[in-house]
Amino acid sequence: MAEKEEKEKKPKVPRQKMPEQEPKARAKNFDEVPFGYTPELAQLEASRCLQCKKPKCIEGCPVEIDIPAFIKLISEGDFDGSARKLKERNSLPAICGRVCPQEDQCEKLCIVGKKDQPVAIGRLERFAADWERTKGTIIIPEKAPSTGKKVAVVGSGPAGLTLAGDLILKGHEVTIFEALHKPGGVLIYGIPEFRLPKAIVQAEVNYLERLGVKVECNCVIGRIETVDELLQEYNAVFLGLGAGLPQFLNIPGENFCGIYSANEYLTRSNLMKAYLFPKYDTPIARGKNVAVFGAGNVAMDSARTALRLGADTVRIIYRRSRDEMPARIEEVHHAEEEGVQFYLLTAPTKFLGDDNGWVTGVECLRMELGEPDDSGRRRPIPIKGSEFQLECDMAVVAIGAGANPLLPTTTPGLDLNKRGYIVADLETGKTSKPGVWAGGDIVTGSATVILAMGAGRKAANSIHDFLMNK
Amino acid sequence: MHKIIYKREMAEKTVCHFKVEASRIARKAKPGQFVVLKVNETGERIPLTMGGTDPTTGTIDLIFQVVGKTTALLRTLNVGDDIEDIIGPLGKPTHIENIGTVICVGGGTGVAVMYPITKAYKEAGNHVIAIIGARTKDLLILEDEMKAASHDLRVTTDDGSYGVHGFVTDVLRKILDERKDVKLVVGIGPVPMMKFLCKLTKEYGVKTMVSLNPIMVDATGMCGACRVTVGGKTRFCCVDGPEFDGHEVDYDELVKRQRAYLTEEKVSMEKFMAAGK
Repeated sequence: MAEKEEKEKKPKVPRQKMPEQEPKARAKNFDEVPFGYTPELAQLEASRCLQCKKPKCIEGCPVEIDIPAFIKLISEGDFDGSARKLKERNSLPAICGRVCPQEDQCEKLCIVGKKDQPVAIGRLERFAADWERTKGTIIIPEKAPSTGKKVAVVGSGPAGLTLAGDLILKGHEVTIFEALHKPGGVLIYGIPEFRLPKAIVQAEVNYLERLGVKVECNCVIGRIETVDELLQEYNAVFLGLGAGLPQFLNIPGENFCGIYSANEYLTRSNLMKAYLFPKYDTPIARGKNVAVFGAGNVAMDSARTALRLGADTVRIIYRRSRDEMPARIEEVHHAEEEGVQFYLLTAPTKFLGDDNGWVTGVECLRMELGEPDDSGRRRPIPIKGSEFQLECDMAVVAIGAGANPLLPTTTPGLDLNKRGYIVADLETGKTSKPGVWAGGDIVTGSATVILAMGAGRKAANSIHDFLMNK
Repeated sequence: MHKIIYKREMAEKTVCHFKVEASRIARKAKPGQFVVLKVNETGERIPLTMGGTDPTTGTIDLIFQVVGKTTALLRTLNVGDDIEDIIGPLGKPTHIENIGTVICVGGGTGVAVMYPITKAYKEAGNHVIAIIGARTKDLLILEDEMKAASHDLRVTTDDGSYGVHGFVTDVLRKILDERKDVKLVVGIGPVPMMKFLCKLTKEYGVKTMVSLNPIMVDATGMCGACRVTVGGKTRFCCVDGPEFDGHEVDYDELVKRQRAYLTEEKVSMEKFMAAGK
């Protein structure tokens, strides 16, 4: 019977496109690329959901949002209710609706996607969250009675924000310590405005502050206070530090001016708003001919930022092939639409520079793919004698990030793995140091916003159990 | 927000000294460490080495030369005004121990950075000879403070208007010729000064530490803007420094990297000057 019902409900409407800025226009501005669904489009898209009795999509969601339920509320026109349903499981829906890799998670498992394109779950999540923030009523949920317990959260990225939101509702006192002058971590310094408007991150932080979370910026834990000092004042400490150590290519000439780590390039543009220079004081090189190394989301963000800062040519240089590119398909697609060029199976060997120490070009080698390596991807092998030079007056190295040693090296008793990441139980976030939990990129290495949020949620549960049994 | 509670202009108003409320930093900071500050919402983050701290009043000393828009803007602030963001203490503290005779050499505004370090070496029981220099008499700063912080203070001016006529390196060479018990030279000042100072001490085989001031953004090791080549390896000045073995530093690269934004700095400064008129 159920099966028959689902068949009858098979959607006749196609997956609804999200209106967005034209590629040519948007490559010149920092406004967000998609405009988001209108209420009509959202309801039309929501009507495509089969409301499966055994929804597969939820299994694909790291925080197990009740996806059919929030979509049903949209189809019924109860947008505020839909946002509240989302927030039962996900404290940052406006952010996740934008930056989650839905094609590898919920939408990958959507039943509709077997014969047609899957329901646009991410776009609907974004719609409901945006509606609540801009047109609806944000309801502050009731908090549990105060427990008198205090939790320190180090880092205000997605893991820390999620954990803070969970623990404040359970009645604990929560203080977030952020090293930079604005909270949000990678959401603020890393992801560009055109992909995640900073006002949204600010709104999420404001919401937490309204719940009672204290946010202290400009606090570099490990310097102003050590973890041991925090433990004297707080019952538990959560480390959501992120992967804040840029990796470089380690090839000759890499310290020429005009060569940035992606962290520096994006921090200048996003956190410091250098794209608005000279209204904002922080400068940023506006290269005309830009080389970006790496092919992850951060590389795409860097390449698209360079276009918006006036580059004529932006090249993504990647040593493997298109199939191995770690970026989301949507991000690659957006970059290509805007005019970013892809130099695949190409690896840099050295930078060239002028007398002023400014980069003028890069020497590269062609690669071919060999047998699969440890990562399961085919290993790139240099083709002998294939050296060639590319001109560039600016370059961004976006080949990944590592663990910043600043806090771990000032925290005795905290076990690290051989790459410097904090060793923590993946189910609870517990570290080797009593009273200290960790989660997000500082445990897993660079991953996604939603996985960091999932880690924050698990650690919040574990910390809550710990505080209540004490 | 950090309130300015004291302001003094020095060296023909090219250098400014603030005492600023920052009690947590004052409690934690050690000689050689620095802060990053951002004046206001649209400001940039700049590193400034602390000229001193007072944990009892909860203040830190910021002594800076007016070199660009941010420092020009800072100088317009007065007692009672606020600096929006101050982050610190950052960087590794100076490694202070009792090793014998130490020569502390400060040039230009570098004297301000040198002062707490000089004091700390003296307090640790070392015999401290200090050499400070400036282009001309009126640009010399912190002479009295450096006199008190050392056992023996020598002063030089490039134009001979005060003290010894010549460079700090001239006096340093004389001392190194006279004394064979110098265990360490610490040099802080403009890059060319540090470069020539290190060339000299290398001749004499005396260990030399310098404090570098490259461009920084976050100053927590996250961005790599401040990378310097030391001993052929790339180091991050913000977390690995700011002090390094002076004989190993690639000064030519440092100078080039410090000049990366000259054009933009000029645009900023011109805009600032135009707005002030």
